[in-house]
Amino acid sequence: MLELTDLDVRYGAVRALRGLSLTVAEGEIVALLGNNGAGKSTALAAVSGLVRPSAGRITLDGREVTGASPPAMVAAGVVHVPEGRRIFSTLTVRENLQLGGYLVRDGAELERRIARVYDLLPRLAERRDQQGGTLSGGEQQMLAIGRGLVAGPRLLMLDEPSMGLAPLIVTAVMDVIRDINAAGTTVLLVEQNAKAALRIAHRGHVLDQGAVTLHAPAAELAADPRVIEAYLGA
Amino acid sequence: MSQLVWNGLFVGSFYALVALGYSMVYGVIKLLNFAHGDLYMLGAFSGFAMLGALGGLVRSQSLLALLLVLVATMLVTGLAGMALERVAYRPLRGAPRLSLLITAVGASFALEYGTRAAAGADPRVYQVRLGGTTLHVLGARVTVQQLVLVAIAVALMVALHRLVTSSRQGRAMRAIALDPVAARLMGIDVDAVIARTFFLGSALAGAAGVMAGGYYGKIDFLMGFIIGLKAFTAAVIGGIGNIPGTMLGGLLLGLLESFGTDLLGGEWRDVFAFGCLILFLTVRPTGLLGERVTERV
Ligand SMILES: Nc1ncnc2c1ncn2[C@@H]1O[C@H](COP(=O)(O)OP(=O)(O)OP(=O)(O)O)[C@@H](O)[C@H]1O
Ligand SMILES: [Mg+2]
Repeated sequence: MLELTDLDVRYGAVRALRGLSLTVAEGEIVALLGNNGAGKSTALAAVSGLVRPSAGRITLDGREVTGASPPAMVAAGVVHVPEGRRIFSTLTVRENLQLGGYLVRDGAELERRIARVYDLLPRLAERRDQQGGTLSGGEQQMLAIGRGLVAGPRLLMLDEPSMGLAPLIVTAVMDVIRDINAAGTTVLLVEQNAKAALRIAHRGHVLDQGAVTLHAPAAELAADPRVIEAYLGA
Repeated sequence: MSQLVWNGLFVGSFYALVALGYSMVYGVIKLLNFAHGDLYMLGAFSGFAMLGALGGLVRSQSLLALLLVLVATMLVTGLAGMALERVAYRPLRGAPRLSLLITAVGASFALEYGTRAAAGADPRVYQVRLGGTTLHVLGARVTVQQLVLVAIAVALMVALHRLVTSSRQGRAMRAIALDPVAARLMGIDVDAVIARTFFLGSALAGAAGVMAGGYYGKIDFLMGFIIGLKAFTAAVIGGIGNIPGTMLGGLLLGLLESFGTDLLGGEWRDVFAFGCLILFLTVRPTGLLGERVTERV
């Protein structure tokens, strides 16, 4: 479904991605692991159109989308839930969800989608009129995911959804991601918490200095001594 | 007493109309658009030109003519505001704030002296002077035309408020104000929404310009300068970036001026207004209804 080929991204003199290649097939959960500064967020930003690659190709269903704008990518069904959640803090939960469906012009359809998110994440329904910034960290993460879902993604890209959450909440978030995937949405999951990510992922890629150094089925990665040493803290 | 209140509210509703554009643009892209007052001036001149073209209708149906011209002028200044954003501000997106501010001052001069080149330096006299019957309301002398102008101003403000608080476009504007990157990830075309914000703000300023022309009678190419500063003051008093706050700030500034000049004399009016500006900037820079100051660079 998604294919990145020899992708380069530079921020001025910094080379954040150097020849990154990876693929995500329809229906998968693919984990993207790596240390701070490895280039994980940059990879997602390149796909969603926030940054423009200086070299390489991105294709979606075989169609080239390199350098497409964020609205074009959302319209194509690729939704990026950013690192740090970036909830619209003074807007209500409901307004945040409505914004997730900004490109859904049919009001009734938008309401149906928001209702589905409330079904999946009942906590959000309880807090629909509360300002996004007043939610707990875990609730904000759920809101960020729910906001992404309202757009109706075929590919959902999540950047460190476990960041700053207690272990129990991390499990809950990962369960929600697995449910979303089971319902038919392909997931590209960036995580520092390799353990949590590899538990739900089908395959994983390890990123170092802007390129993939290792990729394998999730179970294999979880058992790989190099991964255990570097990311699973055994 | 009630006369002073009425005068204050009347002038204040003009200030509020102009201040809204200032405040919206600031809210969305954190730019102090110093050229905003000049769109008010441009509105007055555009209205002047259109009234001239309408000719006969103006004499027989002056209020109707003014309303038609008002709507057409809103379109003209709205588009002018969009053009200004496209030419002067968009290329500088992401540039340091100071560059933007200097560009805005430059744009202001360009509009003022462009208008002088096109329309001349001498003041023009509006073809419509709304006479109007005087009514006595709670002891204040109120003219029918004043009531009509205030009603238009209030209607425009209510419409804007509803747009911002409960429409899809308004939500997009508020989202961009809070986090432009997240807004892009929602699929919002940020440039297009910013352009529309300029359109709305500039259209309101243009409306105020025509209303001022019809009410005060005389217009000139520098008339936007002081009102621009007053609008800025009103926005600061109410809370810049905050729509209801800005409306309140406009009315409050009108009242303060009205009572202040009554106490101290007309020549103190601007001293009084800008004294308020300084007071607020030092004591309560977020304004009356302004929330937290989120400094984003
Ligand atoms: N806007 C930017 N300007 C300059 N350099 C940047 C920018 N964003 C990222 N970088 C640099 O690019 C490299 C990759 O950053 P990126 O955010 O993609 O890493 P990451 O893997 O997501 O890290 P983390 O796990 O800390 O989120 C880093 O060296 C970072 O300093
Ligand atoms: Mg990151």
